[in-house]
Formats: sequence, C-alpha cells, structure tokens
Amino acid sequence: MRVNGTSYPAPIDSRRLLSDHLRHDLGLTGTHVGCEHGVCGCCTVLLDGAPIRSCLMLAVQAEGHDVATIEGLAQDGGPLHPVQQAFHECHGLQCGFCTPGFVMSVVGLLKQNPNPSAHEIDEGISGNLCRCTGYASIRRAVERAAELSKK
Amino acid sequence: MKPAPFEYHAPATGEEACELLHSLEDAKVLAGGQSLIPLMNFRLARPAHLVDLNRIRFLDSIEEGDGGLYVPALVRQAAVEDSELVARICPPLSAAVRLVAHRVIRNRGTVCGSLAHADPASELPAVLLALGGHVDVQSVHGRRSIPADQLFTGVFETSLAPDEVMVRAWFPGYSGSFAVVEESRRHGDFALAGVVRAGDRLALFGVAPTPVLADPNDPTRGLQPSGDLEATPEFRLHLVKVLTERAFAA
Repeated sequence: MRVNGTSYPAPIDSRRLLSDHLRHDLGLTGTHVGCEHGVCGCCTVLLDGAPIRSCLMLAVQAEGHDVATIEGLAQDGGPLHPVQQAFHECHGLQCGFCTPGFVMSVVGLLKQNPNPSAHEIDEGISGNLCRCTGYASIRRAVERAAELSKK
Repeated sequence: MKPAPFEYHAPATGEEACELLHSLEDAKVLAGGQSLIPLMNFRLARPAHLVDLNRIRFLDSIEEGDGGLYVPALVRQAAVEDSELVARICPPLSAAVRLVAHRVIRNRGTVCGSLAHADPASELPAVLLALGGHVDVQSVHGRRSIPADQLFTGVFETSLAPDEVMVRAWFPGYSGSFAVVEESRRHGDFALAGVVRAGDRLALFGVAPTPVLADPNDPTRGLQPSGDLEATPEFRLHLVKVLTERAFAA
C-alpha cells in the first residue's frame, strides 16, 4: 500500500487493523486511536481520497490503495495545509487528541464540497467527537478552511 | 485492539467466494466491514474465516433494471447517497441512506452489508421491506432471490444459508409520496424507532426483532418492543405513533 505517497510492504498479520498498522508498524502515530469501534472519529484517514475509519478496516484490505494520514498534509518546516492553518487560527483544538481525525474528515469534506453550508459543515463533522473545545470553534475553523482552500 | 485470530481470504471472483463459503467452516463475508469489524474488535464476533469481497470486480456499480435499481454487494452507501440515478428512480432509498451513521462510515459501508447484517434498528432493511424489493443470493448450488418479507428472520438474522452470499439487492422504482423519519439520541446513532412510508405502505424499524410492516391506522398493533437504557417499550410505542403521524404529514 502507499501511505502519503510512499510504498510500504504488506502487513504480516491479517488481523492487524489499519489504524494499528499505521501507528505500530509504520510509526505514523499522528493517526490517533480512541474508541476503536468507529464512533469517535480520531482514526480518520483518507483511502483513495475519501475519509474512512482506519480502526474499521484491516490493514491487508488497504493493499493496492492510497492512504493519506495527517503526516502527509504538510512538509516538515513548510507551510501548514489550509485545514491545519484554519484550525490553528480559529482555536479549533485544545488537547489535540481528536484533531488529526477532524482535520482528515474536513479535508475529505472540502474535497467533495468546497463550499459547504452551515448545515453541511455540521453534517460533515458529525462523525467526530471532541471533548475539549466544543464544536463552535471547530465549525468556524471549517468555514475558514474553505476560505483558505480557495486562495 | 485486535480481533481474535482468523484466516483471511480475498477471492477474485464471485464463484471463488462461493467455493470458499461452501468449503470453510465458520466463515463470514466481509464487504464494508462497518458493522462486522467493530464486532470483531470487541470479540463479540470471532469467525474462523473472513471472505473479503472487496477484490471482486463488477460488484460496485448501481444499475437500472426490471423497473427498479440493482445495487450490487460492493456499492458503498456514500455512492447511493451521491447517485442521481437513485435520487430519480428510488428517492426513498436516497433519503434513507443519509440517515445511516455518518458520511465517513458511509464511504465504506455497503447497502447489501446493511441488509445482510439485519440490525433491527437500521434503516435500509425497512426501506427494502416498505418498497417490496428483494435480494439475489448466490452459492455453489446456484442463485436465488429472496423477497424482503422473507429475508429478515430475527435480530441480526436473515434467511441466507451460511454458504450463500448476497450479490445484489433490488429496490423497485418509486415515484409516489414517501417519508423516512426516525428518532435517535444523537445524529447518526441507531434509531430508537423509525418509520418508512411509501404511499400507504408503512414499515417500522427499531421496535421488533426485524423490520415489520404495519397498519397505518393502527401502527402499534401487536408490537412488543424491547426496552433498554435508551428507551422503554412504552416510549418506543409512543415514538411509533408520533413518527407515523409525521410520516403522513410529510
């Protein structure tokens, strides 16, 4: 499978979840693991461009596919991805645990719908849980991300 | 977290999948995995073998046919949600699929998977039942169709044999008035109770071991919903009445 454009060998154990494979085998610990049954959204990554739960997929199933994680959004030392920049500007995070999942969901949302309405934003982030900031600043961050993405 | 040990199989054709299901003991079919994988993560399900359909080609495009829509086994719920064909031919399906979990789940979850999983609180089985659709299943013995009213036999149970795989679902075309309404604690959660109305045909979900057809004039007749932390049986009966009213007002 390719992760952030780099090819990696197939996972050895077929019962390895994609989330655990990314973190333990590939060292990509930016993808967080919360509930491990698809409720919290922390482990959201892009599979062939669409956001999915990496805890609800076996790593072997990603063979031959493109996976994008939070690590692939910006270069080290380079400018932040517009969605990351927007979360930074709008205080869309506090402890940061849920943030990679939110950011990847929003990247997927804006790719599919570059001009989401307030309702579509709520719909787009409804599958991600945050226990710190509440959602008002995250909503603002999504609006800001839509603006920044057009520049 | 790790599912209990299992052997993974990724057949390249439907025939190969049927051979595997026929020859293996305790095998489960894996499509979208949005219900099966969490059950395996919690070890509530511990199948000895997984037969993954995802490498099989030609199972992922919605087709018009026989006055309705064929939705093969690998069509994701998100594809149904975005499909203009579905919105045109079968708007109740289009409306119902938006109530299934969240978009990120729908990107992976499949329509046939929802039907085969047969969660009593899920929307799509009730849509298939309200519209009078059917599913086509295949095994080494051949193909057969199962009408919606003979498909769901109990909580998480269908009339598919262990060696059969659901290859596609057929939803009839529908252009009349309809409504899909449900009540859940949070957006995207499983419904406490829900109603699918197509004309005067009413199917309920979340209030019996399977989706059930109901009399629009007396929708709670004969119902004995179970109670849990989320809702008492009385509350579920109340919801059925209110949701039915809303479904007919819509």
